[in-house]
Amino acid sequence: MKALKKCLDKIKPNFEKGGKLHWLHSTYDAFESFLFVPNTTSKSGVHIHDARDSKRTMIIVVLALVPALLVGIYNVGLQHYMAIGQDVTFLTRFFYGFLSVLPQIVVSYVVGLGIEFAMAQMKKEEVAEGFLVTGMLIPMIVPVDTPLWMIAAATAFAVVFAKEVFGGTGYNIFNVALITRAFLFFSYPSKMSGDQVWVRTAGTFGMGNGTVVDGYSGATPLGQIATTDAGGFAEFTFHGITGQPLSLSDMFLGFIPGSVGEVSTVAILLGAVILIATGMGSWKTMLSVFLGGFAAVLLVNLFAQNVIMEMPVYYHFLLGGFAFGAVFMATDPVTSARTEKGKWIYGFLIGLIAVTIRVFNPGYPEGMMLAILLMNAFAPLIDFYVIDANIKRRMKRTAIAK
Amino acid sequence: MANRIKIKKGLRIPLLGEAEETLRGRVTSEYVRICPEDFHGITPKLAVKVDDAVKAGTPLFFDKNHPEMVFASPVSGVVTAVERGEKRRILYIEVKAGSAIQYEDFGKKEVASLSAAEVKKSILDAGIWFLIKQRPYDVVAAPGKEPRDIFVTGFDTAPLAPSADFILNGHEADLQAGLDALAKLTTGKVYLSVSPKTTNKGLREAKNVVITEFDGPHPAGNIGVQINHIKPVNRGETVWTLNAPDVALIGRLFNRGIVDLTRTVALTGSEVKQTGYYQMLIGTELKSIFKENVTEGISLRYISGNPLTGRKIDAGGVLRAYDGQVTVIPEGDDVHEAFGWASLSPKRYSAGCTYPTYNKNYRLDARLLGGPRAIIVSNEYDKVFPMDIYPEQLIKSIIAFNIDKMEQLGIYEVAPEDFALCEFVDTSKLQLQRIVRMGLDMLRKEME
Repeated sequence: MKALKKCLDKIKPNFEKGGKLHWLHSTYDAFESFLFVPNTTSKSGVHIHDARDSKRTMIIVVLALVPALLVGIYNVGLQHYMAIGQDVTFLTRFFYGFLSVLPQIVVSYVVGLGIEFAMAQMKKEEVAEGFLVTGMLIPMIVPVDTPLWMIAAATAFAVVFAKEVFGGTGYNIFNVALITRAFLFFSYPSKMSGDQVWVRTAGTFGMGNGTVVDGYSGATPLGQIATTDAGGFAEFTFHGITGQPLSLSDMFLGFIPGSVGEVSTVAILLGAVILIATGMGSWKTMLSVFLGGFAAVLLVNLFAQNVIMEMPVYYHFLLGGFAFGAVFMATDPVTSARTEKGKWIYGFLIGLIAVTIRVFNPGYPEGMMLAILLMNAFAPLIDFYVIDANIKRRMKRTAIAK
Repeated sequence: MANRIKIKKGLRIPLLGEAEETLRGRVTSEYVRICPEDFHGITPKLAVKVDDAVKAGTPLFFDKNHPEMVFASPVSGVVTAVERGEKRRILYIEVKAGSAIQYEDFGKKEVASLSAAEVKKSILDAGIWFLIKQRPYDVVAAPGKEPRDIFVTGFDTAPLAPSADFILNGHEADLQAGLDALAKLTTGKVYLSVSPKTTNKGLREAKNVVITEFDGPHPAGNIGVQINHIKPVNRGETVWTLNAPDVALIGRLFNRGIVDLTRTVALTGSEVKQTGYYQMLIGTELKSIFKENVTEGISLRYISGNPLTGRKIDAGGVLRAYDGQVTVIPEGDDVHEAFGWASLSPKRYSAGCTYPTYNKNYRLDARLLGGPRAIIVSNEYDKVFPMDIYPEQLIKSIIAFNIDKMEQLGIYEVAPEDFALCEFVDTSKLQLQRIVRMGLDMLRKEME
């Protein structure tokens, strides 16, 4: 480590004012502060500081995403080898999934961080760490077969128009990862929904070549129920890609077709535990999303007219992106409501709207993304009313005092 | 039985180096320096010239806007220097102390027999009016304005803070005289706050005041928090604030008829070998108590005050006017810590839960431990801000300098020190106290 520090100190003058590489100062600083804690000390104000900084915060969130990512990667392999009818080992499935997802992660990070570094450089600021999380989220919420160039284009669009134009990390109104997904969804609907995109059937880097078995169908459970002709939920069964029935434990563990990150509810719950234990995600938001969803499902169950309206509440929570959205997307502190009371309202409405879109829009069975984006827009309004109550109380006190 | 208010939000930062409750004697120095910047909100005008002889209690300077508000020399001797900085701002006035202190005689006075105007004039003339501060704006109180109430805090909860019980031990009569004097100055009430641990009889059994007990972690001892819970400051109102040791200094003026600005000061901090309490005048050079008593071989930070709100001084610095504590911690600029974001080191302390917590006292240095960012994490300030105010939104309204919003969100009730803990826990490493100070100053300029 000492040698590395020496090396950094040696090249540092090049990046400082007057140095010929000064135009790369933010980049240098980002790498240096990644390797070593900056030893700038406080000049005024408090003399001691909490050890928690922006880097730590973001790393914890990335850590919380890892369980869902690993199970998702395994599931990509599992679904693939099921589709081509080959029985392979656990490691083979995992490795196939890893090879399929890795390029998406790399593309998302390279494009997003590239823009972040360039913008930081232009603004002569330090590089913000927000994209460490966003860059991990993006490959986890898109279908595994999304072409890389689409991910690159969508990421670039989202980082520039959803974040940088507002001033960068901390100033954005909409969740950047969800804007990426929304961009893909509206620009390339055929690659983002339907029954052809959720399972990777082609080989990856020459691995897992084969042809799909007879009777293969890549529709997600939510896709199936939205388009079913069954007379009632009792007559309907969810089936896997080769026609086998899906059990609740398959859905809970994550062995169903879907986006990489959202399939495994148990891994998402593990992530939720990490977020709540470290205080990085608000349990209030998470709980209220589920409460809102619960309320909405009870309501539609009561007035059920078709199969999806009859679907019991636990399927809603296990399927699609509901749990993933509640745990990792709704809790994004920048785009969520910032007051504690506001978080209850914000989360509740997300759950409510997500179920509403899911149930009443057969063309688009997954409503979580739109629900969160919609509530992102309303979060400042919710905060406004929560804070206004405090203001009114103070103004009333002043009026009495006079 | 006193009213009891429980404070739940807040944080006790477990630091090494609490002062041992032993009086280690009196510290004197050849030179005494008074820094007008300590008295926030005044424009100093000199009342003496270099080579003038002064006594303890002789005015050194006065406030341009309130010429009756003079600032006493704490020591007798000869003015040796007036050091000026940018724009001819006075940095400090230096007095070379004579061998024995000679005091200006203000005459012993029985507070009970004085009128409000006489009490005020006595304090002003003696040059110790600065001990009284005011809300809004957290500046030296404007003598012309009648305060709604006067608030006195009888304990300090800041990290490594000195014990008011210990400091006031033996000064109970002065404290009561001071409280009686304050009671004359307002038609409202004098509120005195104590902690459940307070044992000093002068505090516990104080008369002429309303006693409230505050139970909780820092900032329960902050006067702003106490006012917010007892009777918040509204727009257009003014309250005065003091801490108990300063009240005793005022009482001393009436009881003894002289200006004796001797404080009992706690020497604290992880880098101090032998902590303890020292008696000294404000403005006394501190080098003699640092000598051979601090860690050698590393770079150190000397603070007059506590680690949250104190002022950075150098090893040859002096005790600043309002401080009853001197702290020495490591500077930290000679530390190179690799991969801090992944660290599980037991040396790192965090109020949040992203680091393992140990039940021990920490040795923290002055590093920021991160770069400045936009406000990202929510509900971070609220957890250490026990007032009926939204701190984050207030900070944002100050940054935008939206006067209406600042008023609505309660800027009149806060002082920079109330945001010290927020600044400590802030993931985004923003200088919140500086932001609040700036907001208060700009608002004051607009309003007055």
